[in-house]
Amino acid sequence: MTAPPATAPAPAPPSARQLSWARRRRALAAFWREYRKDRSGVAGLIFLIVLVILALAAPLLASSRGLSAALSTNPANAGPGWHYPLGTDADGRSVLTELIWGARISLLIGFTATLLCIVIGAVVGIVAGHYGKVTDNLLMRVTDWFLVVPFLPLAIVLAKTLGPSLGVIIFVIGITSWPGTARIIRAQAMAVETRPYLERSRALGAGHTHQMIRHVLPNVMPLLLANTILTVAGTILAETTLSFLGLGDPLRPSWGEMLNQAFFTGGGSAGNQIWLIAPGIAIILVVLSFTMVGHALESALDPKLRERR
Amino acid sequence: MSLLELRDLAVTYRTADGRVPAVRGVSLRLDEGQTLGIAGESGCGKSTLAAAVLRLLPRTATVTGEVLFQDEDVLTMRWGRLRAVRWAGASIVFQGAMHSLNPVQKIGKQIAEPILLHEPKVTPAAAAKRVASLLEQVGLPAWRANGYPHELSGGQKQRIMIAMALACSPNLIVADEPTTALDVMIQAQVLRLITGLVAERGISMIMISHDLSVLSVTCQRLAVMYAGRVVEEGPAHEVFTGAQHPYAQALAFAFPVIGDERSRLRPRGLGGDPPDPADLPSGCSFHPRCPVAEPECTSVETALWPAGPARVAACIRVRPDHAAASLSEEAG
Amino acid sequence: MTALQAGAGRAAEERFERADSRPTGLPRSLAVKVGSALLTLLFVLVFNFFLFRVLPANPAKNLTRSNALTAAQLAEVNKTFGLGRPLPAQFWNYVVQTLHGNLGRSFLNQEPVSTLIGSRLWPTILLVGTSTVLSTIIGVWIGIRGAWHRGSPFDRVSTAVCNTLYAMPDFWLGMVLLIAFASKIAIFPTAGMHNPDGGGAGLAGTGDLLWHLALPCLVLTLVYLAEYSLIMRSSLLDELNADYLTTARAKGLRDAMVRRRHAVPNALLPSITLIMLNLGFVISGAITTEVVFSWPGLGQLSYIALNAPDYPVLEGAFLLFSAAVIIANLIADVLLTVFDPRVRVA
Repeated sequence: MTAPPATAPAPAPPSARQLSWARRRRALAAFWREYRKDRSGVAGLIFLIVLVILALAAPLLASSRGLSAALSTNPANAGPGWHYPLGTDADGRSVLTELIWGARISLLIGFTATLLCIVIGAVVGIVAGHYGKVTDNLLMRVTDWFLVVPFLPLAIVLAKTLGPSLGVIIFVIGITSWPGTARIIRAQAMAVETRPYLERSRALGAGHTHQMIRHVLPNVMPLLLANTILTVAGTILAETTLSFLGLGDPLRPSWGEMLNQAFFTGGGSAGNQIWLIAPGIAIILVVLSFTMVGHALESALDPKLRERR
Repeated sequence: MSLLELRDLAVTYRTADGRVPAVRGVSLRLDEGQTLGIAGESGCGKSTLAAAVLRLLPRTATVTGEVLFQDEDVLTMRWGRLRAVRWAGASIVFQGAMHSLNPVQKIGKQIAEPILLHEPKVTPAAAAKRVASLLEQVGLPAWRANGYPHELSGGQKQRIMIAMALACSPNLIVADEPTTALDVMIQAQVLRLITGLVAERGISMIMISHDLSVLSVTCQRLAVMYAGRVVEEGPAHEVFTGAQHPYAQALAFAFPVIGDERSRLRPRGLGGDPPDPADLPSGCSFHPRCPVAEPECTSVETALWPAGPARVAACIRVRPDHAAASLSEEAG
Repeated sequence: MTALQAGAGRAAEERFERADSRPTGLPRSLAVKVGSALLTLLFVLVFNFFLFRVLPANPAKNLTRSNALTAAQLAEVNKTFGLGRPLPAQFWNYVVQTLHGNLGRSFLNQEPVSTLIGSRLWPTILLVGTSTVLSTIIGVWIGIRGAWHRGSPFDRVSTAVCNTLYAMPDFWLGMVLLIAFASKIAIFPTAGMHNPDGGGAGLAGTGDLLWHLALPCLVLTLVYLAEYSLIMRSSLLDELNADYLTTARAKGLRDAMVRRRHAVPNALLPSITLIMLNLGFVISGAITTEVVFSWPGLGQLSYIALNAPDYPVLEGAFLLFSAAVIIANLIADVLLTVFDPRVRVA
């Protein structure tokens, strides 16, 4: 009788953490498969990635000296030329240079305002959904007020009283946009609140903060993400409008600021029309991309919404 | 002339994941004044069958075969003729009346709609009288006609659906799970109502349900469906008490008879799940769950064979050559 | 944040909050809604007060923009606007003044703000009103047609166009059209509401008015239309899977009848809600378009006040815009209650 052959020790069973990461990877892969079905969403995503790369690479593509009015040697309001493919503005600066650098400002404002907006919106939504009753009522009254009051007049009076600066613009846009997010997140939070594992965690002694952060928030995340993307589209348009009306920062020209200068100096209409048209087209493309990506996200996350596209 | 005859009816859905056969060659016949029950689990194709009778399937469905209503093929009728047949010739009581009624239209208006459509000479006032009479027949007060669907309970909504189905005095009513999602007491009420009205007016009826016991008492004939095909058909009582197809047997015994010792002691239920129509088993689609499956069942899909007077069953054990084969096996 | 997002949120809420809806009668729910609107208006007043009287360091300066006021004039200002008294008293004074129509005086020309606003009201109403009517009719029609024939060339093209219009800064569209049709090809005038020589009364005057109205109205109509058609399409698509439509078809109704009598009425209701939520959009469109076309309405007034800065006028305009949207919301809410039998809950 021979002894049983020595075998290598069996591999340790996967840890809980490994399991949950494996599950997340699978979920992500499934999500991406679903997302890919929406071609416009993919196109939008590609465009946005390219745009962000362009914006980050601005110093490489066009020297920042091109932004200085004092240093420019080109003729003002000129049509397309060798050194300035999209023509020049009233100060002789290349429109293309301004466009590329403007991407930074527009995107920066868009993203930060959106960040402010969703942070407030998510907090309000989750808190209202979790505590319910009086807190919910109160928060919803405030939300409704912001929803009803028209955006532009509110933004104008806020910006005017608080003074002109980039920070104020971001603040103003953020503070006027959060109600939409809050409503959506609240509805989702309320649905999540009824799920069994919340009850279980309460029975186990979880405090309010723990429940909201560890249970409600992760389940609200996907919707929040889709909402964020769609909000960026809105904040970029909002910033454009505010800059056009003269509330922006002329020293840091966003695309909206470019439109302001192009229109009000008359250079855009009389001299170089491209100065007027180009930023607009850029805005359209960016907003469309964010919108398509946002819709594709929503469709991938919520099967019921797929019917709408 | 039969009232309704389905000849080799097949319905396939085109989905993003491929073609899904929901109904695979069903032939049934219904004469005037007859009642037929169709039983089966979810996904067996019975609701698709019901919708096919009036060509109400979505555009993603491919329908082949014939649906002869009073000797006219519904599937190839011209639109105008089809619209005339709908409701006036045959009407449907839908499953889930919760959402089958227009929520923002008055009930009376919805019941009167087919009347005014199919009988243009009827004045609105006359139609309103008929609506009141219909409501009365289903046991609801006439003032309900001025209300809206959300004011009614589930059972009441189902009665409205029945009243609506009777509005144009059709020759045939197809009741698709008319009592699912209702309380048991209400179920009994609604069933009594339907069967009473149908008998009174001599209307033919097809009733669809997953509850074999209900069908056995309300219908004259019974057909059991599985995975898109009819696997047994015959007089209702006989099919219920003495089913030949193993699936029909299991379905019958799933509903124990109170007071019957035998059914109390017999093991109930069937393991496994109904098959996915997109991925049916080879041969007889029931074989994975069949308690008496034979090796041949995995490769041969048995057609409907006579299994008694006015009865058919689609099981290999019913085939005349089967008994002989098993005898010879025992001998050998 | 888009109307469609808001809609998703609203729909999600309704799905969740439906519970027990006992109809409790029209008058009660109306009273509640009106009360709610008044409360919102009150908060607007509080907000205005806070922003313009409480926040600035020297409110008198904001109200009069004076560099050198004599003591008597300062005392006068303080008395009229109750500055220097405790806050609640100031607020009360403010409310009373506002209700009497005294919104202060413009910095730029010392005219009473209420007069200024009054004189500019009609051009804005004309512009916004015409555009809203046109865009609602056309937009709803496009949306219905697109949803019903989903995936058809019409649907694909109209959805793409509307999405693009929606992604466009509204004033940019105005600028482009201005350059194209007023500068390059001088079909339309470049600015204003009437010809400088008045245009005259009667038919010639009206013709001149229409000629000036054409471009700004076109811009606003296109911009609003995009939103309305997308909302309508989305609403109708949601309804298309409803069971009651199968019932309607089973009854023998023609396709067009099923759509008109059953699907559209049900889809119109959430559309009204969604459009309601975006009424501010109408206002901002009006403001920027008036600026681009130098249309002498409230929007242009706000713009001038913005750049001056003319605080009393800004304050007054904000109040007016808010009141307009609140009232419009109220009307839409009431319409919804009247037309949707399911919604008559306190």
